Amino acid sequence: MSTAHRTIHPRARRPRHSITRPRKSLALTVLMGLFLAYALVPLAWLFINASKTQADLFSGFGLAFGDSFALWDNIARTFTYDDGIFLRWLGNTLLYVVAGAGGATLLATLAGYGLAKYAFPGRKAYFAVILGAIAVPGTALAVPTFLLFSELELTNTPWAIIVPSLISPFGLYLIWVYTLESVPKELLEAARIDGAGEMRIFCTISAKLLAPGIVTVALFAVVATWNNYFLPLIMLSDPNWYPLTVGLNQWSEQASGVAAEPIFNLVLTGSLITIVPIVAVFILLQRFWQSGLSAGSVKG
Amino acid sequence: MPPHAFRPPRRDWRGWQFTGPFAAVFVFVFIAPLAYALWLSLFQNRLVGGNAFVGLENYQTALTDPQLWDGFLRVLVFLLVQVPVMLVLALIAALAIDSARLYATGLFRLVIFLPYAVPAVVAVLMWGFIYGDHFGLAADVNELLGTDLRPFAPSWVLASLGNIVTWEYVGYNMLIFYSALKTIPYELYEAAEIDGARGLQVVKAIKLPAVRGAVVIATIFSIIGSFQLFNEPNVLKPLANNVINSYFTPNMYAYNLSFAGQQYNYSATIAIVMGVITAVIAYVVQLRGTRREDR
Repeated sequence: MSTAHRTIHPRARRPRHSITRPRKSLALTVLMGLFLAYALVPLAWLFINASKTQADLFSGFGLAFGDSFALWDNIARTFTYDDGIFLRWLGNTLLYVVAGAGGATLLATLAGYGLAKYAFPGRKAYFAVILGAIAVPGTALAVPTFLLFSELELTNTPWAIIVPSLISPFGLYLIWVYTLESVPKELLEAARIDGAGEMRIFCTISAKLLAPGIVTVALFAVVATWNNYFLPLIMLSDPNWYPLTVGLNQWSEQASGVAAEPIFNLVLTGSLITIVPIVAVFILLQRFWQSGLSAGSVKG
Repeated sequence: MPPHAFRPPRRDWRGWQFTGPFAAVFVFVFIAPLAYALWLSLFQNRLVGGNAFVGLENYQTALTDPQLWDGFLRVLVFLLVQVPVMLVLALIAALAIDSARLYATGLFRLVIFLPYAVPAVVAVLMWGFIYGDHFGLAADVNELLGTDLRPFAPSWVLASLGNIVTWEYVGYNMLIFYSALKTIPYELYEAAEIDGARGLQVVKAIKLPAVRGAVVIATIFSIIGSFQLFNEPNVLKPLANNVINSYFTPNMYAYNLSFAGQQYNYSATIAIVMGVITAVIAYVVQLRGTRREDR
C-alpha cells in the first residue's frame, strides 16, 4: 500500500507500551461492544425473523427463533411467489450493477487518470466542474432527468437506470488522488521512449498500479447501484424492470395496505437475500476498501 | 539556440482520450438535466392557454409555499440534531479504534461499517418492522417492561428516522475519520511522548486537529444528505400510517408534485430552490471549516 511507509515502523524502536502501542483496555472494548450491538441487532433481528413462519412472526419475542425454522421454506416461497418475479428483480439488479457500476468504474478510472497525468487544454475547467458536481444534490437532478429521459422515450427501459449510474464524481476524485500517489512519471516516460502508445501504457502499466484504487471505486459503485432506489422508482413503472429495492418496497406496501395479502415473511426473507451478496462482497474485499479510502484521505 | 525552443509548447490533447467518455456522459446526465430544470422552472402549464412563459413566478410561489417550508424546517431540525449526534459517535468510534487499545480492532472496524452496505430500503423496512406494533421489538419491549414506546407517534417519528439514518451512515463516517487518523506521522506521536503527553492530551493536541478536514467533508456530505432526505421517509410512509405526509421533506414534495400531481414545472422549481440552498450551506460550512484551519 502506498501509505504503508507512514504507519509501519520497525518494532524495535518502540517501547513495550507507548502512545502508539498502549496496553489493551477491556473496559473500552466492552464499551465499544455497545456499538457492535447497535450495528448487529437489526441484522440479527432480520435473520431470525426471516426464518419464521407468518404465524410465528406475530407471536413470540422478536429476537428469539420461532417454533419452526422456516428459512429454507421462506426462501423457496420468495423465489416462486407471483411467478418468480423476485428472481427477475435479482437478475435486473445484477444487470444494473454489472453495466452501471462496471461502466462507472471504467469512466471514472480513465478520467481520473487522464486528469492526473495529462496537461490537456480545458483541464482546470474540467476539474472545477466535476468538483462542483459533487456538491449538487443528486435528487435535485432526478425529476429533470426523468423528464428529459421521457422526452427521449428512455424511461421504463434498463437504459434509464444504467446511463445515470455511469457518473461517479467521487470515484473520479479517488482515482485522481491515487494516480498522483502511485503512478510515477518516470515509468510513463520510459514506456514512451520504448514507443508504446498512451492507451497501451495505461492498460499494461498504470492500470496494474492503480488496481487497489480501482477495486475501491468499483466497490462503492456496486453498492450505490445495488442499493439504488430513487432513480428506478421514478424511471420505471413496469415491475418487470424493477430492481430488488423497488420490488421489495412494493411487496411491503402490499403487505401493509388495505386489502392486504400478508406477505411479511416474504418481505423479510427478500430483504435478507438482498443484503447477503453485498455484505459478502464487502467482507471479502475489505483489504481494498480500507486501504483505498485511506489513500483518498491523504489529500482530502 | 535552435529556434523551436522559443515556440510555445504544442498543445497536448492526448488527455482527452481518457477524460472524453466521462465528460460526454456527464453532460448528458448532469448538465443537460440541470439546464432543462432551469428552463422548465420558467414555464407554467395552464388549463387555458397551455404552456406559458411566466418568468420567475414559480420561484415567487415557492418562496411563500407553506408546504415547502414546512418540509424544509423539518429537515433543518433533523440535520441540526442527527448530523452532530452521528458525527460525534463516528468520531468516538474512530478514536477508539485508532487508539489501539481495543481487542479485535479489525472486527470493530468491519462490523460498525457493515450497515453502510445495507440498502436504504432494506434498512428502513427492517427498522420499520422493529418499530412496529405488528411483531416489532418495540411492541415486545412494551409488553415486557410495561413501557409505552411508540416510534411511529407524530412526536417521535423524526427521531425514529434519525436513528435509521445514523445506523446506516455512522460506520461510513467512522471510516473516513479513521483514515484521516491513519495519516498522522509516527514522529508526531514520538514527539508528544517525549513532551510527556498522555491519553486525552494526545487526542486533543494531535488527533482532533488531524481529522478537522475530514470532519468538514463529512459535515458537508451529511448536510447534503439531510436536505435530500427521501428514501427513508418514503419507505417508512406505508408503515407509519398517516404520520408521514406527502410533503414531509422538500424532496418528497417535489417527487409527489411530479408523479402524483403532474406539476412538472413547479417540481423542477423546488428541486432548484433546494439545490441552491444546499449548495450555499455546503459552501459556507466549507469556508468556515477551512478558515479555522488557517488560524
